[in-house]
Formats: sequence, C-alpha cells, structure tokens
Amino acid sequence: MDLANIMELVRSLWVVWLALLFGGIVFWAFRPKNKKRFEDDAMIIFKKNGENGGNAHG
Amino acid sequence: MSSASLATASSDTPNYYDDLIKKFVIAAVFWGLAGFLAGDYIAWQLAFPVLNLDLEWTTFGRVRPLHTSAVIFAFGGNVLIGTSFYVVQRTCRASLFGGNGFGSFIFWGYQVFIVLAATGYLLGITQGKEYAEPEWYVDLWLTVVWVAYLIAFGGTIIKRAEPHIYVANWFYLAMILTIAMLHLGNNVMVPTVLFGGDFVKSYIIWAGVQDAMTQWWYGHNAVGFFLTSGFLGMMYYFVPKQAERPVYSYRLSVVHFWALTFLYIWAGPHHLHYTALPDWVQTLGMTFSVMLWMPSWGGMINGVMTLSGAWHKLRTDPVLRFMVASVGFYGMSTFEGPLMSVKAVNSLSHYTDWTVGHVHSGALGWNALISFGVIYFLVPRLWNRERLYSLRLVSTHFWISTIGIVLYIASMWVSGIMQGLMWRTYDSLGFLQYSFIETVEAMHPYYIIRATGGLLFVIGALIMIYNLWMTAKGEIRDEAPIGLDAQSARAAE
Repeated sequence: MDLANIMELVRSLWVVWLALLFGGIVFWAFRPKNKKRFEDDAMIIFKKNGENGGNAHG
Repeated sequence: MSSASLATASSDTPNYYDDLIKKFVIAAVFWGLAGFLAGDYIAWQLAFPVLNLDLEWTTFGRVRPLHTSAVIFAFGGNVLIGTSFYVVQRTCRASLFGGNGFGSFIFWGYQVFIVLAATGYLLGITQGKEYAEPEWYVDLWLTVVWVAYLIAFGGTIIKRAEPHIYVANWFYLAMILTIAMLHLGNNVMVPTVLFGGDFVKSYIIWAGVQDAMTQWWYGHNAVGFFLTSGFLGMMYYFVPKQAERPVYSYRLSVVHFWALTFLYIWAGPHHLHYTALPDWVQTLGMTFSVMLWMPSWGGMINGVMTLSGAWHKLRTDPVLRFMVASVGFYGMSTFEGPLMSVKAVNSLSHYTDWTVGHVHSGALGWNALISFGVIYFLVPRLWNRERLYSLRLVSTHFWISTIGIVLYIASMWVSGIMQGLMWRTYDSLGFLQYSFIETVEAMHPYYIIRATGGLLFVIGALIMIYNLWMTAKGEIRDEAPIGLDAQSARAAE
C-alpha cells in the first residue's frame, strides 16, 4: 500500500475524524471537572468593569 | 459606557469606543425602515401589479433584491457589526483594536458598499445570483471592508484582558470568517471589461450545476452564519444581560456552537432538490438539514431557559419579551426548515409561497425581533439615558409587529400549500387541472393579507423610531409602569 492509497483511505474517513473531534468537545464540555469553570465563564458578562451597572447574579 | 461617563471611570476600565456603535445603531434603524418599506411595497405590487408604475426602476425584479439586501446586509449587517463591537469590547475588557479611526473606516466603508449595491440593483446592474447580486467591483470593495472588520474584531480578542473568550464572540467570529469564505468562493467572477465588454458586467468562472451548487452553498450558509451564528452571538450576550441572569447552560452553549458549525455548511443542496444536481448530493444536503434540528433546538432551549425561574419578567419587561419571542420564532422556523428540506415535502413546497413564508418567520420573527430588543437595550446605554422614553410603546411595537408576522406567515402557508397542490393536480384524463394563471388568481387574497401584515410591521418600526428618538433626546414619558395594574390589584385584595 503506497502513500497515495493510504491518503485516499484516510480522506474517506473524514466523517469519522470529525465525529471523534466533536465527541471530544462534548466530553470536554460536560466533564464534571470542568463544571465550575464554565459556570464562572457564564458570569463574564456581569463583571463590574464589563459595563456600567452590570451586576453579578445567581 | 458612554463617552460622557468615561472621565469618571476608574483607570482599569478600558476606553470603549461607543460613539462608533451609536453610528451602527442609527444606520441599522435607517436601513431597516428602508428595507421594510421596500418589502411592503413589492408585497402590494404582487397583489396589484399596477403599482410597479410601469417604470423599469420600480419593477418587482429590481426592487426585490433591493429589499432583501437592505434588510439582510444593511439592517442585519449594521446590527451585527455594531453589536459585535459592543460585545467584544465588554467581554474581553479591551478597547476596540485599531481604535475609533479604523472603526469609522469599517462603518463608512460598509455604508458605501450598501449604497453601491442598492443603486446598482435599481439601475439593473446585477450578477443575478440570489443574495449575491452586487457586481464584481462592489464585491472587491466589500472584501476590503470585511477584512478590516475581521482585523478589528480579531485584534480585540487577541489583546483581551479576560482570559476566556465568551461564547458570544465565538459565534460572531464564526460569522465573520465563514462569510469571508463564502463571499470569496461564490464570487469568482470574470469582468467582461477585460475582454472589451461592459464595465458593470461579469460572469462566474464555472457554469451550470457547479455554479448552482456554489451559489446555494453560499446562499444557505449566508442564512446559517450571517442570520444564525451572528444573531446567536447577540442572543448569548443580550438575553442574559436583559434577564440579569447567566445563560441557562454555558456547557450546552459550547456544544451548540460546534454542532451548529459542523453541520450547517453541508445543508445548501436542499435548495436544489430534483434538479441536475446529483441525487446523492441532494440526499446529503437533506440529511444534514434534518440533523440541524438538534443544535438549533439545543440553542433555542438554552436561550429560552435562561429565563427559568424568572418568567415573571416577561410580563413587565417588553424588551425582554422581544428577545424571548424572537428565540421562540427561531425555534419555530428551524423546525420548519428541516421539514421543508425533506425531498417529499420539498416537492410540494419548492417554488411556492410556503418558502417565502418560512423565510419571513425567520427573518421577521427571529432576526428582526431580536434586533429590536437589542436596539432597545442599547440606545439608553449608548446615549447615557436613565431608561427608554416609553416601555408601553415598546409593548405596542411588540404586539403590532407580532400580529403582522402572524398574518404574513399564516397567509403564505395557506397560499403556498394551495399553490403547490394546484400545480400537481391532474384531471381524470391525465391533464393538469389548473392553468398557471388560475393559481395566480387563487393567491390574490392571501397577497393582500401578507401585504397588510407587512404594513403592520412597518408601523411597528415607526413606533420604535419615535420611541428611540425621544429616548436619545432624554425625554421620559409619563406613564404607568407595565404590570402595575395586576400588582396593585393583588395588593388591594
């Protein structure tokens, strides 16, 4: 199997790579260890010097 | 933060260029009204063709691209660029990269693009590609302006003080990058002037079904990334701000972003069902369109559920009502779209008014309503006013435009499905039951209902402009607060 054939095989599997990549993103987003940091990130828009009158809630 | 209060701001607060955003807000309102008027004018033309005045400049074929470009690229574009600059500065806690001068170049450059495109349409200068009508020299100018926009936006992200890039900026950045790619990909034009022809005419380098496929790859992703990603960026900042609570699930927003970005780009072929496009490409487009149900509804639920535990705010805050209703319309039209992309449904719906109704439930219900909500949010802040002139007028605007939208989309459902059924009806001998002109006659009453709905939408916009004008002047209307009646009634019990 030469390089061109391998390349062809790998390219035809693009949907698998993208699905794996997406699966990784979902794992990263919903990993319990990351819960706190994403909850903090959601509060960025309420930081005091983000805008006048902005208050942190919740 | 307005420039007036900058002097008193603490030293660690970056200098936000908000006068620039004021310009985008004014331009958005101006082009919005122009675009709505143009749309309602051609809606009445369809009901009463005599209204085209028998002049070439005011025929449906020339005013229609004027309408679509004015509402999508002029109204929507100014809203998107303006709000993206507002959001990126605040969520990055950094002033706009390139400063006021560079921002002004982007603003005026974009307005020049709009004027060049719009005047061209009325004079009959067009590439004839839907939503990509501007000719090659306008395309080149837009490329310059858009790259400047990318530099200003991306530069602000790079110099951010906030370590994390807030999710709204991801959506805005996906919009900027993808629109650049689509614009270049769909406008590989050869000007005829190079071969001794007209200056204002060009032809695309590929032809036939390749051109059609490229055109709808562009066309559908203009919907997906301009009218969806960009506006979702607005949703993820302004809905939580107005509701004064963080987005329902930030983790869902991460998955929402990547799912939407992975899937949308493949959906274009559903515009070319039953054409010369290979069958497998049509099926691919249909499949990806149906899969889009998941990220679309995930995002819609994320936006609406931000109000979880605070639903009472919808009763007293008409600005929030605009935003939440827009997300509801987003959910509705992204349910309808994948349905229409299924080949069997598309064989009935394609080329009928159903498509027009679907587009407007998205454009009026989702894009315009969230823009109105955001403009109501921004104007008191940018002009440094205590609050809007009148919340009751906001409520009036909300109801009059919502009724207008319902009239529009309901009449187009009836008209479109009737039209599709009449086209495919055979008599007992196998001949077509109806001539084309009979279908046109049957649609007439629905065209009047649709144009009436559009008129209500225009009236709503005029109410908004009056309200914003008075707000900018610093006036506050003497009126009872919304929801007070119910509260005082309860207190009296």
